[in-house]
Amino acid sequence: MVGIVGYGAYIPQYRIKVEEIAKIWGKEPETIKRGLGIYEKSVPALDEDTITISVEAARNALKHAGIEAEDIGAVYTGSESHPYAVKPTSTVVGEAIHATPKMTSADYEFACKAGTAAIQTCMGLVKAGMIRYGLAIGADTSQGRPGDALEYTAAAGGAAFIIGNNDVVATIDETYSYTTDTPDFWRREGQEYPRHGARFTGEPAYFKHVIMATKGLLEKTKTVVEDYDYFVFHQPNGKFPMRAAKKLGIPKEKIETGLLTPWIGNTYSGATLLGLAAVLDVAQPGERILATSFGSGAGSDSFAITVTKEIEKKRKRITPVRYYMERKKYLSYGEYVKHRKKIKM
Amino acid sequence: MPHRKSLSMIWRRIPERYRLEGTRCATCGRYFFPPRSFCPDCRRKGRIEKATLSGKGKVYTYTVVHVPLEGFERYAPYILAIVELDEGPKITAQIVDAEPNEIAIGMPVEMHFRRVSEDGETGIIHYGFKFAPIKA
Repeated sequence: MVGIVGYGAYIPQYRIKVEEIAKIWGKEPETIKRGLGIYEKSVPALDEDTITISVEAARNALKHAGIEAEDIGAVYTGSESHPYAVKPTSTVVGEAIHATPKMTSADYEFACKAGTAAIQTCMGLVKAGMIRYGLAIGADTSQGRPGDALEYTAAAGGAAFIIGNNDVVATIDETYSYTTDTPDFWRREGQEYPRHGARFTGEPAYFKHVIMATKGLLEKTKTVVEDYDYFVFHQPNGKFPMRAAKKLGIPKEKIETGLLTPWIGNTYSGATLLGLAAVLDVAQPGERILATSFGSGAGSDSFAITVTKEIEKKRKRITPVRYYMERKKYLSYGEYVKHRKKIKM
Repeated sequence: MPHRKSLSMIWRRIPERYRLEGTRCATCGRYFFPPRSFCPDCRRKGRIEKATLSGKGKVYTYTVVHVPLEGFERYAPYILAIVELDEGPKITAQIVDAEPNEIAIGMPVEMHFRRVSEDGETGIIHYGFKFAPIKA
């Protein structure tokens, strides 16, 4: 059955605290921490971008899967911060792990859900027998306009999933998507920073799509909340996924393992996938996971996942999300501005 | 502008820069990086084949660059090291994710994939290996 053969995470080591950003803009840090449910966020190194994060995550995934890179028939990278507007991220990733040249490839973009769209594409290709393994990546080094609320959350990180039929650590039993045209968040061609609809990003965007996709999946699989041990939702801040869980009647304990945003920020296309990776790091055979992404614009992809015995065999080969969460170096706002190349030289 | 490399030169070196693809002499087992097409030990008896290096090694020696090259201003001060790979070859590379006071000769390091340089704001981005202390 189609599922996850291996996965890998990557989060840059740099962090900036809410206090450090708030003091520059004359804001009260406690209000922001309470309002957004976030304490600090990850920041890429000067020489890191979506491509380097994708390669690191893909290498970790390959090591975890224990397969040959040449058996990967498709590489898809989802991001809203591809370093090139024209020239794929996925070809650099494919070349770095040496899955090239016998593979198909493209880059995806759908705000924060392009990574889960890549997983669905790989599932389809694997199920159709067109490829043996597919590599799906979600990674971002997102930017918020200085002074905007997004500046407290827009972070960097990513995760890579190898999808196949054999030796899977978890089966993907079903997937369900819910998509509409909703103008909650956008960035026009050539613009450096995105714009958003502030409160409009909540009810008609995030909550509607996450809840409809999750309910749709439960209906399609004839399951209920109680059938799942863990839930992972897209996490643009620390508050939204908790509120979505409450609306769906999910106990807090089932969502905490996969909730990373309070400590690393919103890694956009990496967010749901890193949350899922953190859950898989600790999940036991037989446990069930429901993961639902969200991308502004807007849409959600929901997945029903069951962990297999294979996870224990492969666990020693994983670099856990926890490792990347715990290694950190704090930046001042001035250093952060330099890291994010906001200083013109 | 920093030292400008031709597109074809960057492209030709992708296998070595992205994934440490070197060569090895099948006769004596010696590894070469950058790749060599001739074994200086076995000479005519040498048989050269492609070999991808593990990317693990240790710091052979290092220096801290305070006066950076053009294009590397944002990185200063940065660590430039000669890394002795487990397979033998020694290569020059930047050490990342470590401050100058966190590095020492003999320290185990491993390869990571980073941006090396870019041809201005509009040109090609050059990716390749750098090294960082091995995670515990």
